[in-house]
Amino acid sequence: MSTLVCVKRVVDSSSEVVLTEDGQAVDGRYAGFTMSAHEECAVELAVRIGAATVMTLGDADAVEQLRAALAVGCEAATHVVADAQAFGPADVAREVAAIVRDGGHDLVLLGNDAADTGDFQVGIRLSYELGWPVVNGATLVSVDDGVVTAEVDGPDGHETYRVPLPAVVTVLEGGVAPRYPSVPGRMKAKKVPIEERQPSAAPAGPARVRLLLPPPAPSTVQVLGKGPEAAAAVVDLFEQLGVLAR
Amino acid sequence: MATVPASAKVVVIGAGIVGNSLVHHLARLGWRDIVQLDKGPLPNPGGSTGHASNFIFTVDHSREITDLTLDSVKQYQEMGVFTQSGGFELARTEERMEELRRRMSSARAWGIEAELVSPDFVKEKVPFIETDQFIGAFWTPGVGVVDSLRAGTIMRERAMELDALTVVANVEVTGLDVEGGRIRRVRTDGGDIETEYVVIACGVWSPKIGDMAGVSIPLTPAVHQMISVGPCPQLAEREGEISFPIVRDMDTFCYERQHGADMEVGSYAHRAILHEPEEIPTIEQSKLSPTEMPFTSDDFDPQLEQAYELMPELLGAEGAEMRYAINGLLSLTCDGWPILGESEVQGLWTAAAVWIKEGPGVGRAVAEWMVNGHSEIDVSHSDIARFHPHQKRREHTRLRTTESFIKTYGIIHPAEQYESDRDQRLAPMHESQKKLGAVFFETGGWERPFWYESNAALLDQYGDAVMPREHEWDSRWWSPIINAEHLRMREAAGVIDLSAFEIFDIAGPGALAAVQMTCVAQCDVPVGKVVYTPVLDAAGGFRSDLTVMRLGEDHFRVVTGAAHGPADRQWFARHVPDGTTLTSRTDDVVTIGLWGPRARDILAGLTSDDVTDGGFGFLTCREIQVKGTAVLASRISYVGELGWELYVAADDAAGVWDTLLESGAAHGAVPVGIGVYGTTGRIEKGYRAFGYELDAERSIVEAGMQRPKVKAADFVGRDAYLAQRARLDSGEAPASVLCTLVVDDHTSASGVKRYMLGGEPILRRDGGTLTDGHGHHPYVTTAGSAPSLGKHLLLAYLPPEEAVIGNDLAVSYMEELYPVTVGSVDATPLLDPANERLR
Repeated sequence: MSTLVCVKRVVDSSSEVVLTEDGQAVDGRYAGFTMSAHEECAVELAVRIGAATVMTLGDADAVEQLRAALAVGCEAATHVVADAQAFGPADVAREVAAIVRDGGHDLVLLGNDAADTGDFQVGIRLSYELGWPVVNGATLVSVDDGVVTAEVDGPDGHETYRVPLPAVVTVLEGGVAPRYPSVPGRMKAKKVPIEERQPSAAPAGPARVRLLLPPPAPSTVQVLGKGPEAAAAVVDLFEQLGVLAR
Repeated sequence: MATVPASAKVVVIGAGIVGNSLVHHLARLGWRDIVQLDKGPLPNPGGSTGHASNFIFTVDHSREITDLTLDSVKQYQEMGVFTQSGGFELARTEERMEELRRRMSSARAWGIEAELVSPDFVKEKVPFIETDQFIGAFWTPGVGVVDSLRAGTIMRERAMELDALTVVANVEVTGLDVEGGRIRRVRTDGGDIETEYVVIACGVWSPKIGDMAGVSIPLTPAVHQMISVGPCPQLAEREGEISFPIVRDMDTFCYERQHGADMEVGSYAHRAILHEPEEIPTIEQSKLSPTEMPFTSDDFDPQLEQAYELMPELLGAEGAEMRYAINGLLSLTCDGWPILGESEVQGLWTAAAVWIKEGPGVGRAVAEWMVNGHSEIDVSHSDIARFHPHQKRREHTRLRTTESFIKTYGIIHPAEQYESDRDQRLAPMHESQKKLGAVFFETGGWERPFWYESNAALLDQYGDAVMPREHEWDSRWWSPIINAEHLRMREAAGVIDLSAFEIFDIAGPGALAAVQMTCVAQCDVPVGKVVYTPVLDAAGGFRSDLTVMRLGEDHFRVVTGAAHGPADRQWFARHVPDGTTLTSRTDDVVTIGLWGPRARDILAGLTSDDVTDGGFGFLTCREIQVKGTAVLASRISYVGELGWELYVAADDAAGVWDTLLESGAAHGAVPVGIGVYGTTGRIEKGYRAFGYELDAERSIVEAGMQRPKVKAADFVGRDAYLAQRARLDSGEAPASVLCTLVVDDHTSASGVKRYMLGGEPILRRDGGTLTDGHGHHPYVTTAGSAPSLGKHLLLAYLPPEEAVIGNDLAVSYMEELYPVTVGSVDATPLLDPANERLR
């Protein structure tokens, strides 16, 4: 039993998103880089399942995300050294599949979707490429006796999937709290050798024209008035909200 | 929330620890109509205060910084936001132990309780530390942590209770309007404010705001990395934020500071990571806050291992995770000092590059300075007016802070020189000096020869009279050649490059009034007279000491040192009325000193002008021809020898320099460096230096510089000075008396002879403490060889009852006591007390 978890170096998007000038990527100057919250949960689940290898496709800086996963318990790491911007979802799925075939992994965990491009593609394409079953949007994943149990909270309620290994699962955040690295974990991660690979084929590309930021959300602030004159309006509002009894 | 008022007396920009402290003290001192702005929300607007580790170690080698820190601690305590924890500074090496012994000297000098302790002592208080990682520690029980955000809120509230303050948060300053050299208006995105005063107290953003008024505030935002590891069971089981002493692991440039159940590990060991103020993200763009930049873990990894070695059980505890990690921004300057005071734009003040440990003290000092014109704690090292033009460039700050960042916990020799961005200001005779093997030290950007290797041959001639130093630390940044040059100067003559002098001319109908108002000494003297004078602040403390030459009825030339020159120039400029000009001559006039018993013979051989004592008296100046070159000669001396300062046009200076050396050689003259001029020459004569013996906390009376009469004309500090004299006349002893002490025996316990370098405490022979009338303990203001006396001398202010010739005392150096004797008190020089050599 061997688990592969896939992560992508992305800009931390928990603050205002700034695009690069060419619109092809998110600018990480201020916010820094991370893996997405979905992937952090996928890593946590992979570590709990055990014998986890982490992989990424990206430039030299992406090693930072591999080390971060190693620091919280992944045991090995594979780095496909490539310009992630030049790779579309099909390209990435092909590279992950190549690692799976070479590495003999029987469970692949991915984030539900990438935090920067939001394509929702790689998991499905990977399962097609490998001919394996896939569960999307699982918040909890466990393995018992060759069977993967994946819990999914859908719009119609809670679903539990049981699929035989080998399988692909894409993980949605919320089921587990990803751990922070410990000091010994971080020190150990520094010493783990990272397997470097070249892409197995030239990428077809993402076919992306450019990223666009959505228009800023309209302000929901409503000024009720200024000074003592505003008091009546505030009382009205509190009554509407049920904070004060009418 | 308050809206932006249309007018104010003063606008304080920034609501970090400095701005908050400032509004409190301005209000306390009686100012009203204070407006405080910040572009962020309160109480944490997102600057460096918000992510500070908030601990305070009280001992610093600098008295100014220590005093500001101690004052801050008092204020934090009074506000109830100080928690005492104690603190250790660890030594992993013997070299560091020696530095900790030097730290003990500073602790004793500044009167701070401290002790050198064993690893076991540390382990008793910090049970999770590994004692095999270090060999000793410096223990300061008074170390503690503060809540700097809470302190800020308290201080703002106090100002608001006095109806003195309007605080407007979430408002960004967009411009500063300067009219006629004065600040007039602050423009903000919430409206404009007409104002008399503005204080830029916005930390890492200060340069950007200063630029709006054309004022350089040369600091750079720099990263200090910090992580927080927890929950650690060893910490969690104790109540409160901090119950274990803070540990500074000096040799790995790290600290470990408990914060509740977490251990914060901070580092100054990584590469210098600098940012530009304009590049700091906005509040919206930043993940945590603008000054909590994304953590770059690679930079921190080596420190993580060292911290783990020191506290493996704690940092490796089950469940302890790195749950917070930042590249926190703080402010660094090219020389490590804060940036305080009024800029060249009148009414536009700065208070930046200040740490949490100095914040409230700085707030008080700057407020006093604004309201009264001077502060109780002397902050002249931090004066924004100190910067020379080359220091105002961002590139200079960037290069110097890149070099100095790693020295934050470093062992820094008091004479240590920067390596980066040197050669900014070269004397016209620089090439000649290089050929002479000059060893250059920097002052105000000037490369000044400290000694000349070409004089090494003199070492054999003088033998042990050059007082060689066998200990590496004592002889670092020093050479016995200095003492050889000294002896040759006293025996024959020396030629000294003084190009670094700050020189400015005051000319016009208001010139006399301007110098009279700024100088203590009578400047209404005949044309051609040279006046040496203290310059005081209104409280009677020293602002400077310098010389003034009257070159014409309405024309004075002021000559002062390079280090404090720009501040002196700004001070004089503020007293020059319209219609009278102040012109810097620093770059176009070069000063060359010629001193020694043969100086007159040398000069006489180069000029047909009368340079006899009768024809060219002491403290006079006039133009003479030196080999056909016009030279303004001034008969004065800072080394206690017959001779002149020769003021030469820059274009002629290299020629005159060569002429003096060539002609002087026949008389035994050699080039002599600043090692003699700045230390050995003056210390034998008891001549004081600004920044060492003279500062705003000492008076003319204490320095023994009072003259028989006080001029009738008014001058800044006159009332205070008259009061000091009146107290003396009534029999009241001054608070302290400047003395020259002679070291009687240099032999250390190991047998190695040791030589003090300055800053050491003066104690009773038995090691007992002395206290002067200020409540301060005496310390060495200048230490240096006196080769002509064969002694090592120390200058120090002693309590008056101890200032008795022959009094047996001791100096503590590296935690050993050496016997010293008071050699002279007041102005009396040990060498040539009758000043016969000057004739």
